[in-house]
Amino acid sequence: MNDIITRGLDDLSAMWRIRALEEKIRELRLADQVVGSVHLAIGQESVAVGACSELRAHDALYATYRGHGWAVARGVPPREIFGEVLGRVSGVNGGRGGSAHFSAPQHGFHGENSIVGAGAPIAVGAALAARYDGSGRIAMTVFGDGAMNQGAVTEAMNFAAAFGLGVIFICENNRYSELTPINDMVANPDLSQRATALGIPAVRVDGNDLAQVRTAVRLSVESAVAGRGPSFIEAHTQRLVGHYIGDAEQYRPAGELDADREVEPIAALTRTLLASGVGQETLDRCERRAREEMDRAAAAALADPLVDPATAKEHLYA
Amino acid sequence: MPEIVKLNVGGAVNAALARALEEMPETLLYGEDVGKPGGVFGVSRGLQKRFGDRVFDTPISETAMLGAAVGAASFGRRPIVEIMWIDFSLVAFDQIVNQAANVRYVSEGRTAAPLTIRTQQGTAPAACAQHSQNLEALLLHVPGIRVCMPRTAQDSYDLLLSAIACDDPTVVIENRTLYAGTKQEVTVGQPIAPIGGHRRPRSGDDVTVVTWGAITQKVLDAADRLEADGVGVDVIEAVWLNPFDDEAVLESVGRTGRLVVVHEAARTGGFGAEVVSRVVESGAQLAVPPRRVALKDSRIPSAPQLAAALLPQTDEIETALREVVRS
Repeated sequence: MNDIITRGLDDLSAMWRIRALEEKIRELRLADQVVGSVHLAIGQESVAVGACSELRAHDALYATYRGHGWAVARGVPPREIFGEVLGRVSGVNGGRGGSAHFSAPQHGFHGENSIVGAGAPIAVGAALAARYDGSGRIAMTVFGDGAMNQGAVTEAMNFAAAFGLGVIFICENNRYSELTPINDMVANPDLSQRATALGIPAVRVDGNDLAQVRTAVRLSVESAVAGRGPSFIEAHTQRLVGHYIGDAEQYRPAGELDADREVEPIAALTRTLLASGVGQETLDRCERRAREEMDRAAAAALADPLVDPATAKEHLYA
Repeated sequence: MPEIVKLNVGGAVNAALARALEEMPETLLYGEDVGKPGGVFGVSRGLQKRFGDRVFDTPISETAMLGAAVGAASFGRRPIVEIMWIDFSLVAFDQIVNQAANVRYVSEGRTAAPLTIRTQQGTAPAACAQHSQNLEALLLHVPGIRVCMPRTAQDSYDLLLSAIACDDPTVVIENRTLYAGTKQEVTVGQPIAPIGGHRRPRSGDDVTVVTWGAITQKVLDAADRLEADGVGVDVIEAVWLNPFDDEAVLESVGRTGRLVVVHEAARTGGFGAEVVSRVVESGAQLAVPPRRVALKDSRIPSAPQLAAALLPQTDEIETALREVVRS
């Protein structure tokens, strides 16, 4: 197999791991074993896989409440994610974060954030610290199209631009700001122009195309490491599920999901690999292994003890 | 080495910032106009020249300033951010309440936010309604955030250093009417104390007053009038509001059986209500019902004579004390 196919299979496996984890979480949520709000990124896996593949271990990633996939792509062990959403002692934050607000700094995953756009200024701080500690760390903050209408994101972009800080802003444009089409909420649908206007180099990519995502992120990392400041990437993608589990999705036009399923990254890469001569059996194995891994991780987490209520007040203060 | 120097409150804040920047290389000091201009109240004057790029000016972007502090703090920096007026913190409350306060707890202590927010509040003549509020109760309602309110030059120096050295997000609320006051003797250079504790600027056995911030001076003036009549007022100045020194208050009330709480902030939902509740819940035996003296629930007008009609004045505090003592 040539390198391109090997890479393709690795990417396919990486995306299947995320999708299998999220589908398992959905199953657990629908069975009421997971409770509370859960936001899935099914259909958007390529952005996380492509972007994280260009980060170094010491770089800092800030995600959103739709962040399970970004955590997996950063290397957070699935059992700890299942444990977290299930409120088990094995949870990555011992059940304090839950589906929408967990973090694993030991894996460079500096957290989801349940407030739209709030992670962007914090990422700016990680890059600010790097200016003094000589680590060469860069920060990446990912958010949705809806977050572009939060002042926090504009403030963060300008702050990073004014001081030349190494921050990569990634806007996952999945067309919906929660339940509302983003294009109904802006006069200028080219969100990347907001960054350009602030003096930040910006690019729009097809988020379903891993090569495009990778190239954009690689150039952004190089630019940040060289001290040339922040970059902005608008990655066009699609979420194949609701904003949260239980979202009736009445806002979707007829036929939209069918069209999205044709272009979503797992389907797209599977087609490409088949056309390149990879056998169906090999492709199926990527999916099967991912599902087996997540079934095992979920089963292990379910067998872990629930968090101890006696610890509920711990870690409030130093 | 400890030494005694003469400083006004603004000078004491400046000295504390200089010492923090000198002794804690991980500190950063930034905010609107704090670098080159030295701050609108001049308290950071000369620090950029002395400490270079660790002291800098920022855009007028409180959310970015505080978010950057949360991020930088989690990577080993110890940011000191000036929010020029506490009223301005409201545009960035997300970063204080949803972000900074949650970092340690939600991460099970894997990450922390050892940042200090320096701000100032208070009613001063002809400040507008958006530059006059006393908002400490909003912060005290948020578990995870430490809050102190220094008044004297010594406390302005000591508490700021304790806040900076503390590993929790801490808000230091100063009062701009005090910055340019007369110079007082301040002991500098002594070991930095841990956060917490109270001051007792007057001692007495007849009535307990719990108060904090600039209005403490009016309480002291009222206490001196009662003292002249042989009434002893025990004034507990709660310089730290979180952590709050419950024990000191309960000990005092245990002796006096009488409690008055005085604050410049609005009465309803003010921290005075919390102090009264804690005393009552403790089962302390009060000879008379507790009293609160506070801003009469209102927006704050600009004209000084209107504002004065709403704010607690020395006469009103004195009257409350005399009524409580007589009952």
